[in-house]
Amino acid sequence: MLARVLESLRSWEWALDGWIIVAGALCAAASALVGTFLVLRRMSMMGDAISHAVLPGLAVAFLVTGSRASVPMFLGAAVVGVLTALFTEWVRGVGKVDEGASMGVVFTSLFALGLLLVVQAADHVDLDPGCVLYGAIELTPLDTVTVVGREVPRVVVMLGAVFLLNLTCVLVLYKELQISSFDPALATTLGINARGLHFLLMTLVAVTAVASFETVGNILVVAMLVVPAATAFLLTRRLSVLLVLAVGFGVGSAVVGHVAALAVPAAFGYASTNTAGMMALTSGVGLLAAIVVTLLRRGQPLRIKNPPGSPLFVDGGGTVRVSGGGR
Amino acid sequence: MLSLSPPPPAPTPTRRPTLAPLGAEHSPEAALSIHDMTVAYHRKPVLWDVDLDVPPGSLVGIVGPNGAGKSTLIKAVLDLIPRVSGRVLVFGKPYRQQRHRVAYVPQRESVDWDFPVSALEVVAMGLYGRIGWFRPVTRRHREIALHALERVGIADLAQRQISQLSGGQQQRTFLARALVQEADLYLMDEPFAAVDAATEKAIVRLLQDLRAAGRTALVVHHDLQTVAEYFDRVVLLNLRVVASGLTETVFTRENLQKTYGGRLTLMTEAAEALAREAPAP
Repeated sequence: MLARVLESLRSWEWALDGWIIVAGALCAAASALVGTFLVLRRMSMMGDAISHAVLPGLAVAFLVTGSRASVPMFLGAAVVGVLTALFTEWVRGVGKVDEGASMGVVFTSLFALGLLLVVQAADHVDLDPGCVLYGAIELTPLDTVTVVGREVPRVVVMLGAVFLLNLTCVLVLYKELQISSFDPALATTLGINARGLHFLLMTLVAVTAVASFETVGNILVVAMLVVPAATAFLLTRRLSVLLVLAVGFGVGSAVVGHVAALAVPAAFGYASTNTAGMMALTSGVGLLAAIVVTLLRRGQPLRIKNPPGSPLFVDGGGTVRVSGGGR
Repeated sequence: MLSLSPPPPAPTPTRRPTLAPLGAEHSPEAALSIHDMTVAYHRKPVLWDVDLDVPPGSLVGIVGPNGAGKSTLIKAVLDLIPRVSGRVLVFGKPYRQQRHRVAYVPQRESVDWDFPVSALEVVAMGLYGRIGWFRPVTRRHREIALHALERVGIADLAQRQISQLSGGQQQRTFLARALVQEADLYLMDEPFAAVDAATEKAIVRLLQDLRAAGRTALVVHHDLQTVAEYFDRVVLLNLRVVASGLTETVFTRENLQKTYGGRLTLMTEAAEALAREAPAP
């Protein structure tokens, strides 16, 4: 078994696997930075909604420009991302339903529209619905651009730019994002535009989702947005540490995920599996490990107050349960 | 020391209700003056025609049954929810121009106490308006915040994550945050809700310190028994201002009856509160 694992890793090539890991790590890091604030705002589902809803934005950008040029794609995504947040508020207000229901209506409709458009566009441009949904991180090294005399995968450049954008926003607007996440009403009375920051965050989530769709795909990006941040949330009570840990967990799951995608199936005599899937699975295992660590560290049954809207909680007896959505 | 206001006069059946809003003619020096303000949610009015003047240096209690619009009144003053009509002036100017002179203490349940911040960090948030966009919190700001925590008596808990604080300590943290704003007008939403006796005393002392320094505080309050003791002035609210003015003239059985209507349990409380101050006829 060990021999088979070593055999599978013998085909390791830094020029290929290295770039795949870099792409995965940048995607995870960029997602973790904005995902942390989604988790803190109890808005994890908004990440889900927006990452699905950007699909029509992408499709329209493809149909209009006929190419996968980055700028129109990001514009399309940012617009639809903000629209998702706006529509959700609007449906909740007019339809008098709770946020979850209105989000569900808005993002599934937009996603469905996007799917129709993508299938339509696939006949005309080089766009594969499967790739949009599940990503194609393994193809990362094949499509390169030249940056300061070096061949760098296009996806890595794009994810690097989005990571830097997110990092800059989090560093420069650290205290604004903190206060508007913790107490938006107070922020507003202090002259800090909490609503504006909300839409900025939604835009960053949309842009991150677009940058990620070629690597981990439209669906698994949700895992990258939420899981590392949720893991870090279990282990620290400091926002700055939480951000660093979340990025660390994200990057770690990218590295471990790719190696595991090669090695784990090999151990059982199968060919390598999907890296993006393994990344998401790794971060999920990380979250479980964090729960166990928290349990052991406290030396007593874990008591986490069930966050409203969180599907996962630990009851008084220390048993991890899945809630039916109630408090 | 508690300064006890004179007890409200014993209500007599023949007395005319003090219905005319005291702020009928608005004084330009008022810390807060609200002119004919109406607020609605989904077209259903939740506050009708509120007309109110708060003189500077007073401690005002806002009292009324659940759903009377007490929190709504504060939020509408702060532009947190839109007004259908009416005008709000803070020290003679629109709120937007006077934002830095107003501090808000929201209800304790309005925030997520599992949020990863320490008590000190929460208090420092009160300075964010002054620090300005993009600039970091410096050591000087943290010192100001620590000093405010000292004033409310929990400086030793500065580094605690806020979920590790008791309800009373959380409330003190919120008050410290309002203190660092060095405002002239304080709007507090139920600061006395579910706090321990020591915290209640600390808040009362703080309110008196504020008044001594010429500051004004508008406090949503739910405990009728302590209204006369804590507040110079009272606003009885139930969708409309039922009565407002000096506590000793306005806080009467008749007005309470008008405010609370047929809510028997609350009326019993009110009766007890009044009976304690002056035996019912």
